Amino acid sequence: MAPPAKRLSGFSKKAQFSLFTGYLMAGAGALLGLVLLALSLWQPAAFAPLRSAARDVVAPAGEVSAATRGGAQGLIAGIAAYLDAGRQNARLRAEVELARVRLAEAEAIKAENRRLKGLLGLADDPVRPVATARLVGSSATSARRHAYLGAGSRQGVAPGMPVVSDRGLIGRVLETGLISARVLLLTDSESVVPVRRARDDVIAFAEGRGDGMLRIRLVNLGVNPLKPGDLMVTSGAGGYYRPGVAVAVVAQLTPDGAIARLVAEPAATTYVAVEPIHQPAAVAVLSGAPLSAADAPQTPPRPASSPASGAGSAPPSAEAAGE
Amino acid sequence: MMATRGPRARGTTYRQQINRAPSPWRVHSVPYLSIMLASALPVLLIADVMPLAPPLGFIMLLAWRLVRPGLLPLWAGLPLGAFDDLLSGQPFGSAILLWSLAMIAIELIEARFPWRDFWHDWFTAAVLLVAYWLACLLLSGAPVTREMLEVAWPQALLSVLLYPILARMVARLDRFRLARARRID
Repeated sequence: MAPPAKRLSGFSKKAQFSLFTGYLMAGAGALLGLVLLALSLWQPAAFAPLRSAARDVVAPAGEVSAATRGGAQGLIAGIAAYLDAGRQNARLRAEVELARVRLAEAEAIKAENRRLKGLLGLADDPVRPVATARLVGSSATSARRHAYLGAGSRQGVAPGMPVVSDRGLIGRVLETGLISARVLLLTDSESVVPVRRARDDVIAFAEGRGDGMLRIRLVNLGVNPLKPGDLMVTSGAGGYYRPGVAVAVVAQLTPDGAIARLVAEPAATTYVAVEPIHQPAAVAVLSGAPLSAADAPQTPPRPASSPASGAGSAPPSAEAAGE
Repeated sequence: MMATRGPRARGTTYRQQINRAPSPWRVHSVPYLSIMLASALPVLLIADVMPLAPPLGFIMLLAWRLVRPGLLPLWAGLPLGAFDDLLSGQPFGSAILLWSLAMIAIELIEARFPWRDFWHDWFTAAVLLVAYWLACLLLSGAPVTREMLEVAWPQALLSVLLYPILARMVARLDRFRLARARRID
């Protein structure tokens, strides 16, 4: 391609000036970007309102693509199921027989559980989801694993709320817009979830590795009790997630834990539910900041309140000094 | 002349262009709109395992800058990068910085090599894309692990391979941009 003629400034003062101004503005742009980048790495929530507004605009298009994605998956699954219908039928028949027996056992266990809980005086209310929505998009070009949800603060979604699908845990809400929200997926390398083994109480942390697998780090080191195929569920520690939601299946053992595969893959889900924070008061105490005004009276008095009252008393004295 | 070629030549594109001029709206908006659309497009994919989509917005910016030199101003990385940052999931400011630096780098390369062919452009774009990919990984705010690099390198390869296709697309978009759409009376 031929170079544009206006690059050659020659002796024209005007052309030289505009070339110089261009460099100056581009350099200033790069500098501004550097400052904004440093600011947003230091305070990740600094630009949340801007990002949320942009996401709210894109979310409706995401709804359409999410609907077609669900349809396409259904179509392919339908064709595949049609092709091996006979074999599948026989296998499913055997599975149903087995499942009936297990179901009867589960009913018995459930009844016993209810009885024991009644004895202990524990009451657990069924969790009502705050909102049900589609995953409308994700940060597909970035190294971060964030998904965008088609429900926002208008539907009652708030930062910190866990997001679950019918199979298991998906992640946690990071920011909310009016009609969309950003979800930190479990596979993000900043995500840490307290988990335990489903059948006993081996506790661990499930951390994202950034490549789609989770690293299970045991809390008690020593002999590694994990085995491939073990199901890890949320333990409820930390207060964000209710206990007993499936997180990952152990695939491979490491000296300090295991590498585990996700149970609920976000790309394979159609609808997800946003659940309220399991123990809002506990989360507020642990993070040192109130989540909402509603649970503020339940939390013990924070040290932050005394500087606030000090600041409140400062203006009158300043006024008095001014007079 | 027309008479010898027959009636078919009369009603065709030549005749339709005779009192038309390019629409000024199209001339000025198509590059920016196409880059912004390319920035917004990968958001619609659900990538739960790895960075799946190449940075389409940045490839589009490079393609417009290299296929049509002198069209985008030197400071175009600032507004377009800001838009990309809003949607890409990177920390805000990373695309502003990197796109501005890329524009300055291409300007310097152009001052050194005023006459370039396609292969030279592709090489320039490939070097910039791989550098951009690495910089994005480092600036993403997450600790860079070996596993993350292992799953992310196809993204760099894909974006290098995608450049020629997007460059052709930009050439088509440029024809659309300069099409004689406005009637002069």
